Parts: sequence; structure tokens; C-alpha cells
Amino acid sequence: MTASITEASASAGASTRLDALDLLEAEAIHIIREVVAEFERPVLLFSGGKDSVVVLHLAAKAFRPGRVPFPVLHVDTGHNFPEVLAFRDETVERLGVRLEVARVQDYLDDGRLAERADGTRNPLQTRPLLDAIAAGRHDAVFGGARRDEDKARAKERIISLRDEFGAWDPRNQRPELWSLYNGRHTPGQHVRAFPISNWTELDVWRYLEREQIPLPPLYFAHERDVFRRDGMWRAVGDSSLPRPDETVERKRVRYRTVGDLSCTGAVESDAADLAAIVREVAASTITERGATRADDRLSEAAMEDRKKDGYF
Amino acid sequence: MTDTLTPALTALVAQPDEDAPRATSLFRFATAGSVDDGKSTLVGRLLHDAKAILADQLEQIERTSRERGFGHGTGFDFALLTDGLRAEREQGITIDVAYRYFSTGERSFVLADCPGHVQYTRNMVTGSTTADAVVVLVDARHGVLEQTRRHLAVVALLGVPHLVVAVNKIDLLGFDEDAFRRVEADALAAAAALGIPGTHVIPVSALEGDNVVERSARTPWYDGPALLDLLGSLPAAAELAPEAEPFRLPVQLVIRPQGGLAPDLAADPDAVAALRDHRALAGRVASGRIAVGDAVRVEPGGHVTRVTGIRVAGEPADEAIAPQSVSLSLADDVDAARGAHVVAVSHRVEPVREFEAELFQLDRRTLRIGDRVLVKHGTAAVPAIIAAVTAMRDLDTFELVDADRLEANEIGRVRLRLAAELPVEPYAVSREAGSFLVIEPADGATLAAGIVLPAP
Repeated sequence: MTASITEASASAGASTRLDALDLLEAEAIHIIREVVAEFERPVLLFSGGKDSVVVLHLAAKAFRPGRVPFPVLHVDTGHNFPEVLAFRDETVERLGVRLEVARVQDYLDDGRLAERADGTRNPLQTRPLLDAIAAGRHDAVFGGARRDEDKARAKERIISLRDEFGAWDPRNQRPELWSLYNGRHTPGQHVRAFPISNWTELDVWRYLEREQIPLPPLYFAHERDVFRRDGMWRAVGDSSLPRPDETVERKRVRYRTVGDLSCTGAVESDAADLAAIVREVAASTITERGATRADDRLSEAAMEDRKKDGYF
Repeated sequence: MTDTLTPALTALVAQPDEDAPRATSLFRFATAGSVDDGKSTLVGRLLHDAKAILADQLEQIERTSRERGFGHGTGFDFALLTDGLRAEREQGITIDVAYRYFSTGERSFVLADCPGHVQYTRNMVTGSTTADAVVVLVDARHGVLEQTRRHLAVVALLGVPHLVVAVNKIDLLGFDEDAFRRVEADALAAAAALGIPGTHVIPVSALEGDNVVERSARTPWYDGPALLDLLGSLPAAAELAPEAEPFRLPVQLVIRPQGGLAPDLAADPDAVAALRDHRALAGRVASGRIAVGDAVRVEPGGHVTRVTGIRVAGEPADEAIAPQSVSLSLADDVDAARGAHVVAVSHRVEPVREFEAELFQLDRRTLRIGDRVLVKHGTAAVPAIIAAVTAMRDLDTFELVDADRLEANEIGRVRLRLAAELPVEPYAVSREAGSFLVIEPADGATLAAGIVLPAP
């Protein structure tokens, strides 16, 4: 009962007015605790990307001084940036959480999945994800999706029921009332839980800055060999090679999202720290997915179709 | 869906101000009204004029507009911003509440865009339960219709702090003051009859942008603020002195790390010693304020004890206020688990086994006397029986009339009998302690949204 002896007894400043980030943080922690209280085997989808980093940070706060009471799951496309995988491993070590990995490569090797003609592996993640959820008997899956990302996500619930095929049925969603989340489900069903649904890209960056949360180095401006494709700067890597007509240039770039090498583009930037990124994002005239995600440019309903198939 | 605009695309691209001050408050509002009222256009206009639409989104809308034959050249359909799903586009309808985000310098907004023509009760209730304000659209040419009255009634029943009536398409009436004043008088009368305090009525043209973000020179007779200025100045529920209310905390779970301390604490022998017996009740402060040393009572059970430690978002703190997520250490090892409520010792709550409630029937199924359901209140879920259906609202007059069942989209009164005591309080006293879900035990569906009525 004497928890505060060894930690700085910094007042949370209750007498000052709560700002938007305080309110979003309080809401997210409430959601995370609700899911942990009501489900047997939750898991967090953790890619090392900034949104899942924020959710994991919030989970650590929700249960402090205890540790995060659920594992994290990474769907490894085999095309991930090595810096991000290293960051992933450091983070789970630092927070003392267990890491589960589902590998797209395993499915390609034994023929359960086939490489796509365009070389993009993002759409291939769905099957290993659903298999890992079933194998881990996970009845709740946390994700870092935000409603401001996409038109289909704008209609997603915070607690979203999925059938055994992982499918999202937008016509049959439960109404979400007050802060009373209804996560009841039948065997075979699971829920996806999105604690930062109401955060915007800028909120995420401001929170990362406020909390000084570590991120993969890719997010900060750095020199890199890149080539131009589909209006984006693409990194040169094993799974992302320029065609003969594409020229490689050395540019100062950073990433606004961290997907896999084969479909995520970089933006030219000098923003080398969190404060600079916050300024850059605040002044941006292009959304993060529009700027950097080839997979969302496939069609207007690309995200909707992937979600119905069980994507995040 | 034929409202189109034809400004040059380049002029529409958002140009956010790099030096804008940081958003410091959060305001949630819902929009209610049908496509015919121009709601999609208003939402699109609000997002656009607040510079919340970025270049690639505009480009996509323009491309889609052109593909579908809307507009000509640079023209595009603002409604496309708000109808997201393929099924909706194919059928020209909106099937669910969509959430939108934008920000002015001082405030971040969460907009719940509620479709008005299908399942209007379900959608509007969903969008309004967490709203600080509801913006109800009225077509200036048609004035206050039955649907408007239903929207206002939902606002009244749910106790939304602020009501804004946007009288749209005032341009089609030549910005005529008399026309506006007639609609305004009707809207204010309807709101007053329902007991809604502080109603704001604004003449707007969503299509042309009058009084949406900028005050219009074409309505010199209107001396109030533009819609966005109004939404920027109304106090959010979280700013309406929540500390004045009694302290309430529904317990979500118990944090008892024992051997499983966070690694940074586990590496510190002093922390390990100090936290050996740590046990704290975690939850979100529903109302009021709590400080270390305060006396509290735990319901059910009525055990009185004292707060010995507080953590806000995991870090030690001296005090906390609604709606922070906290954990509380108590002086006595009270047998409190998920579903319990910690309340200020001065606050008398009588847990009950039976209570009267107003229900919004949201599911397609009919609710009948004798139905066995689950009631989810705070963090507790207990079996319950519909002991009586006493009345329902006439959907036109909103008067209570006799009923013995509730069908989809109906609002009515019931008496619920519970398998275990719950510390419910009238919704009019506390939004948090007075709201609950009615759940179908077999498939887990949410059947109805409920608000607790004062004991007779």
C-alpha cells in the first residue's frame, strides 16, 4: 500500500484542465482494461509501427506497476525493414512481454500462399494472421487502427466483432453506446479492439513526443538510396529493387508509416526528431496513407475489401 | 446527393497553419438529419472549410465524381466525403455512423455523422450518447418536421449538453429573415417543450458556406456566431465542472502484480520491496474528484475505507478527476472486484434489484414482458427479466401511450428485475451511473440502450 515510495511523486496535475491528449489517453486505457477484464486470451498486433507502439505504451501504463498481461503478435511479411524487426525485439524485451510471430514466408515456402504478381505481400498477411489467432485461441485482438485513416475505418467500432473467418460485416455492427462496450461473443468469434480509434495521426505524433516513446529510426530523417515508383520514394532492399528504367538516388527521407519494404514509400524530409515531425505532420497537405501506401492506391475500396476478408 | 460545388480544385486544398497553437480541448458532436436536409453537404463543407480535407482525399473525390458523372470538370460532390463503403455507394445510402476528425487551433473535434433516414433512432442514439452537442439539420423551406421533433426528443432523453439547430438552405429562400424567424420560433418552442436548455439556432447554407465556418454578409439580421465558432466555444461535458459531482468509480479490474512487476520496477530492489503487496482497483473516474486520504465506500457491501494511493495512467499522483483512468489503493483489503463501485463516502447510493427505465430498442427483435436479458451497467453485467413494459413513445407526438412490447426503433418504458443488486442512479443525475445496455444472452447482441428513471 506504499506504492509511491521509490517513484517520483509527481502529481498528475488533476487541478489543471485535462487536454485532448489526456482525454484520449484515458479513453484508450479504459478500453484496454475492459478488454483484459472481459476476455480470456487477448493479444496485441504489434508491427513496430508508431500506432502499435502507442497502443503497447498505453497497455504498459494501464497495468503499471504490473506488466502488460498479454502477448504481442507480429505478422512478418518477410519484407520487413531490418531496423523495425530489431526495434520490435528490443521493445518486447524492455517491457517484458511475450512475442508471437506469424511468418508469411512459411506459407510461401510450403505452398499455402503464392507470391502476388506485383510482389506486394501486405494482402498475404490475412491468412497467417487468422491462423495465428486461432492457434493462440485469442478471443480479442488489439490493433492500432485509427478511424481517421480511411473511409472504411471511419465506420469501424472500437470493439468490433469478427466471425470465425475474421470477416467484418459493416451492416451488422453493434451500436456503441456511452463507454459501455459489449464484447460478448460465441465460440469461434473474436473481437478486434481499437483503443486509439479516436486519435488522429497528429494526436499520435504529439503523444509520442509528450511521452518520449522510442520509435524505429526509419521514422526520422536519414540518408537512403531510393527510387521513384507510383509517385513515392521506395527504398532499395532485397525485396524492393528498381526496374531498369528507374534510377536510384540518394535522398534525405523518412517514413510516415512503416509497412513492408515492397509497398511503403518514404517522404523527403529533414524532420530528425519528434518535435520536428509534429511540425511537419501539422503542416502536411497529404494523408499518411495517400503519401506512402501503395496498397491503398489499388482502388477506392481497397481497405474495405481487405477488412471484410479479415485484415486488421 | 446532387449537391455539387464547382470551385477550382486548387483553391480547396487545405493549407494548414504551421504555427497554429496546439489543440487543448476535445469536443464531440453528432450531426442528425437526412440527405434531403443537406447534411452530407454540411458535414463536407465543415470538414473542408475547417481544412480537414487533404489534397489526396480531394483528388480521389474529384476523380470519383467525374467517373460517376457528377459535376463537370472541377465540380465534385461533397457527400462523397461522408459515404465510405461500397455497399453505400452502390445503393446511394448511408448505413452506419461514421466518425470524422478535424481540428481548429484550440480544439480537436470528433464528429459522429449519423444517417437520418434508415434506423434513425439506432444511429442517432449511437452517435449521441457520448456527444457534447448534437447539430440537428432542418431544411429552411420545410421547417420543423416530425423527424426534427424525434431528433430533438432523442437529444432531450439522452441529456446531450448542447443542441444546435442548423436551418439549412436559407439561400433558397433568398436569405429571408422572416422565413428564418418562423423556423427558429418553432424549433425553440419544440426544444422548450422537451425541456432542452440552451438551444442555438443558426441560419446556414451548407452548399454556399454561409455561417458554416465564416459569418455570412448575406444574413446581416443574424448576430450569432457561425456554426464552427459556436462548436468551438461551447463547453464540453468534461469541462462542465465534473468535479462538482460526487466521486464515482466503477471497478474494471484489480491490479495485483505480485511477481509480475514492470521490468524497470522489477530491476529496482526498493520498488520490489515497496510494491510487494500492491493491490489497486483500476477504473475510469465516472464523475467527481478523489484525493489520497479521502474516505470512500465500496458498493455493493457498503464497506467504508480510505484511499491510500492513486495512480493516474500508471504513475503515482495525489489526486484524480473524471474522466481519468486511475487505480486506487485502499486502506482495508476490501473484497471488491470487477463490477463494484467506489463512491464518495458522503454520496448515498442505494443498490437496487428492480428499477424503471426508458429503453431505445435498437435490435430488430421485439422486446416483450418476461424476456430474459443481461443488463450491462458500468462494469457489471447481471441477468435480468423484463418485468413490465409500461408505455411507449408515440413516434409522432412523443407522448407516452400504452404498450406491451417494444419493436425496433421504438422508445418505451419498462421495469427491470435484476438477479443481483446494481448501484444505479437516475440518468438525469448521472450520465454514467444512469446508463446501461440490454444484451441478448444467447448471441450477445445489444438489444437496447437504457436510461434509468427516478424511482416513482
